[in-house]
Amino acid sequence: MSATLTEPTATRSPARRTGRRRDDSAAAFAFLAPDGVGLLLFVAVPTALALVVGLFDVDGFGNVSWAGLDNFRLMAGDGLLWRSFGITATYAVLFVPLTFFAALGLALLVKDRFPGVGAVRAALFLPNACSLVVIGLMWQFMLTDKTGVVSRMFAAVGLDGISWLGDPGLALFTLVLISVWFLMGYQMLIFLGGLQDIPREYYDAATVDGAGAWQRFRHVTWPMLRPTSFFVLVTATINAVTGLQAFDLVFVTTSGGPANSTSTIVFYAYQQAFQFGRFGYAAAICALLVLVLGAVTAGLFALTRGGRFDA
Amino acid sequence: MRENRTTGPESTDAVRQRRNPGPARENRVTGRAVAAYVIAFATVAPLLWLLLAAFRPESELYSAGWPSELTLDNVVYVLTEVPFLRYLANSAFISVTVTAIALFLHSMAAYALARMAFRGRGFAFASVVATLLISLPVILVPLFIVVRGLGMVDSYAGLIVPGLFNAFGIFLLRQFYLGVPRELEEAAHLDGCGHWRIYWHVILPLSRPMLAALAVLFFLANWNSFLWPLAVAQDESLRVVQVGIASLQGQYASKQHYVIAAAMLAALPTVLVFLVGQRWLVASLKTTGLK
Repeated sequence: MSATLTEPTATRSPARRTGRRRDDSAAAFAFLAPDGVGLLLFVAVPTALALVVGLFDVDGFGNVSWAGLDNFRLMAGDGLLWRSFGITATYAVLFVPLTFFAALGLALLVKDRFPGVGAVRAALFLPNACSLVVIGLMWQFMLTDKTGVVSRMFAAVGLDGISWLGDPGLALFTLVLISVWFLMGYQMLIFLGGLQDIPREYYDAATVDGAGAWQRFRHVTWPMLRPTSFFVLVTATINAVTGLQAFDLVFVTTSGGPANSTSTIVFYAYQQAFQFGRFGYAAAICALLVLVLGAVTAGLFALTRGGRFDA
Repeated sequence: MRENRTTGPESTDAVRQRRNPGPARENRVTGRAVAAYVIAFATVAPLLWLLLAAFRPESELYSAGWPSELTLDNVVYVLTEVPFLRYLANSAFISVTVTAIALFLHSMAAYALARMAFRGRGFAFASVVATLLISLPVILVPLFIVVRGLGMVDSYAGLIVPGLFNAFGIFLLRQFYLGVPRELEEAAHLDGCGHWRIYWHVILPLSRPMLAALAVLFFLANWNSFLWPLAVAQDESLRVVQVGIASLQGQYASKQHYVIAAAMLAALPTVLVFLVGQRWLVASLKTTGLK
């Protein structure tokens, strides 16, 4: 980088705003351009395209033809698609509160110092350092019918014959539990940050007023955690609907089975695009997903009375 | 100010201990500590089991106890009979490249958003934040179409370039820079430094803790990424480790001990990177939810 781009354009500044205010437009442009172009090209353009590609038939070789609303008409009659939406919704409805309360509970458990607290926090986060492919393989292995180590532990207490990933009624719930185990440590850290930002004096004041542990939680911790809670709720929901759990984990453990019982919407869309070459149709599905997700986020926003990112 | 975060809790806790020396409190913390140990152990137990399983002889593959002997056969087989070293090398190259370039670009953009006065700054920042809500699976198909249009399918460029751009890093660094005292910059400015030199000599050295945290985070995310490499690279020589173990799973359905050894090898670098880098990571993650 040359020094010229760093020259502050001081000559123009006196006229603008309050006297000594600088205008760094040229330098700012240079600093922002590389990331800006990248985000535009690889995030913004694809997002805009997601809403448009569905109007075309795009095959695996890049041939494009106008399809109008054909893809959306196809969607209407695609039972498996709606089933995938239902599966994703079920997954989210189970996953979001479970992760939320598991993470909050863990954060409250490890918020104070005790010997080894750092190791405990690290241990709780550790699953999240591994990939969902590794996690999926590992659990699939441990949950193998009859021979798997978890299956045998259950058999030892008389609960044999549970097919954790092979039973259509149970597989999705198993994936939810694995996902909670995977993500709770991450969300716990975010709660920890929120907890440590609550001024100590509030608790002292509450204690002086005779508040018990539950009352301190109810009247100090809970309201003060609102922005953090909002963040955790939104990220957990996005994770449940479009996150990598909904794809990587499903891909490795069940491939959408048994009997399509774990075919999440993003897994279904992936199959349509990359296994059947129906890119336009897959994009139409994602367009719908973007709209649903926008609505869900808005709903959460209203529900939490606009907990803010920028508190 | 933000740097205090890493040391802050200890000092406040020390104060707290002095304030509440009652025996009841001590007991409660001990009870909690025991519960925390148990839960923490239960959480890592499956990972410990995976680690151990990779060194079990094939005949004891599914057992829960300590193996009768530990063997390197599984690991050696995976490293020699499968192009697994190639997968590991691909993953390492891609993860390190993305991490280094992304940190550089993000910190520049974040500095501009935090510290430069220019028209449209609010809009630029809002646009960056908006892209936080977009996750890969949703834009997979159009992203693939864009990358194919640029001729980057089945190339390292296709694996690396789209991974460089994510708003999360810009967002966190920008929040961090807002907290850096302005006096430092102003002093440099008076000394005749332009933005580039201020950025390079003042801002970058100050952002080491946050950059370290993001480096850990980016490395983990890229090493662990599966869906994008799966979609963009068919060529076997470009196979990354996550796609590699997933394909082994199908290929070696009756030889699961190799798959387990491969999974352990894939997880090992991430666990090590996390354990080494966790102090920065933890400090930065704890600020994500609020700021």
